[in-house]
Amino acid sequence: MNILKQRIKEKGYLLADGATGTNLFAMGLESGHSPEFWNVEYPERVAQNHASFIDAGSDIILTNTFGANSFRLQLHNAEKEVSKLNYEGALIAKKVVIDSKKNTLIAGSIGPTGEIIEPLGTTTWSETTEAFSEQAKALHDGGVDFFWIETMSSEDEMRCALDATKDFGIPTICSYSFDTHGKSMMGLEPKELISLAEKYYPDIIGYGANCGTGASELIGSIMCFFKARKNESMIIAAKANCGIPEFIKGEIHYNGTTTLMADYACFARDIGATIIGGCCGTTHEHVKAMSEALKKNKPGSFSKLIEEEKYNLIELKKIIESLGEMTDGNVAMIRRYLKPNGSEENTGDKRKRTKRRLRHSDSS
Amino acid sequence: MVDNQEVFDDIVLSELSDKELTEQMSEDLYDGLAEEIAEGTQILLDRGWEATDIMDEALVKGMVVVGDDFRDGILFVPEVLMAANAMKAGMALLEPILTASGIEPIAKMVIGTVKGDIHDIGKNLVGMMMEGAGIEVFNLGINTDAEEFINALEEHNATILGMSALLTTTMPYMKVVIDELKEKGIRDKYTILVGGAPLNEEFADAVGADAYCMDAGTAVETAKRFISAAS
Repeated sequence: MNILKQRIKEKGYLLADGATGTNLFAMGLESGHSPEFWNVEYPERVAQNHASFIDAGSDIILTNTFGANSFRLQLHNAEKEVSKLNYEGALIAKKVVIDSKKNTLIAGSIGPTGEIIEPLGTTTWSETTEAFSEQAKALHDGGVDFFWIETMSSEDEMRCALDATKDFGIPTICSYSFDTHGKSMMGLEPKELISLAEKYYPDIIGYGANCGTGASELIGSIMCFFKARKNESMIIAAKANCGIPEFIKGEIHYNGTTTLMADYACFARDIGATIIGGCCGTTHEHVKAMSEALKKNKPGSFSKLIEEEKYNLIELKKIIESLGEMTDGNVAMIRRYLKPNGSEENTGDKRKRTKRRLRHSDSS
Repeated sequence: MVDNQEVFDDIVLSELSDKELTEQMSEDLYDGLAEEIAEGTQILLDRGWEATDIMDEALVKGMVVVGDDFRDGILFVPEVLMAANAMKAGMALLEPILTASGIEPIAKMVIGTVKGDIHDIGKNLVGMMMEGAGIEVFNLGINTDAEEFINALEEHNATILGMSALLTTTMPYMKVVIDELKEKGIRDKYTILVGGAPLNEEFADAVGADAYCMDAGTAVETAKRFISAAS
């Protein structure tokens, strides 16, 4: 059994950490500077962020390597630093864990390249896979326990990243950012990630949602994952933003309270997520509140209701009341996923166009 | 992405009436068929259509539907990119004619991702959709500072400024640019549109922009509204 499964079996769930980027900015990182540079410039500050999450109760911390792939670093003229920044990022996390005398797991964070793969965009499949391989190797050399491919939106790019991480002998989990009417920017929904990632089992052992547009919306995605999961061995991971950003007196604040994030964590566990964390805006105080709430409250019955197909929109209303609004598109998708017998019928009332014709027989 | 694909009988574009052809082109645009759009554009030119009429009747109309469906979550980035590319294939044939006959674009716009931010997928999409609406776009790329924005606005004699940010840490820079324009006393010369995932209307108001645009389709609609209000 892999280490993640084993820990989940022991505890029932694993609490991940909170934000990296927004917290480092609060510690003095300047806009426009790549957060990953701090792995060599201010490793003690990166370590401090990790340590604050471990103190708050995180069972998993993510390395400060989200944007440390050659495509993104190139925009800072640092494409040659991929190995170093990832390796150092993993080492910083490792050292913090050792010093804490806890057994916190380290996830090597891998984020998108920011490019679109051809023919839609300009980058190639092989150079994208190569970029992720370079990053994954350095993270693995630095001693991460597993990879977390996060905030993806394109299936092609996800496939490149899965190909790049699958052969290191450590597990991978992967998540999309569902930020557009409940779908990813490229129009993908949970069941599409499920069918892709399950093909990679057991190298890839989990999937879910991260970032996006707020905790309520993300819970909706997680419900869909729970309902559409085919391989019961797959872990479902939830990592929501701390509410939504607001602009107050010249500064940006995520509006999620500690209570909201605590509620979110309990809902996430209730609907079947076993890795639960926070994304942008989530501080160690939020994580502490999540940790305490998960310990204090018993796992609820939502997932059972979904399983028995007794789940109804009254429960959904409870989630929205405590976590905030969901988009109509997301609600329509949840209803579709929750239909008995997994009916695929589109219940959305919006018009749906279809391709009128194919003019070339070879294009079919 | 599209379900229920059906294969229809092959359509020969040159055999369609003008009305049928422009309708067909709107649909081909929606389906992102670049070759067919180029072919249809050429047929209409051969039939003696004015370039501006082809643009308005066949291309811009089709892109409006694309924009609406993008806003409504029916189309997503891949389909919109395909449609914009198809539009480009038609415009490539029309542009030399429009330029030669001295026809001005309906407006000129400077667009860019603000300083410190290196995200450009959404901003490029907005740029392409604006071109699809007949607006001339000067795309400054990523990591654009106030001086670059202002210089470009003046150099190209643009009337619209579009700023994009994907990070909560970079979006406040929009205010820096707008304040700079105010300081120079030229803020009111421009319609300032802002967009990007973490933004909202309150933010746009707070920094002094004219409007927040939640997606590329809305951005085009908003730009057009300001253009017609000004004329």
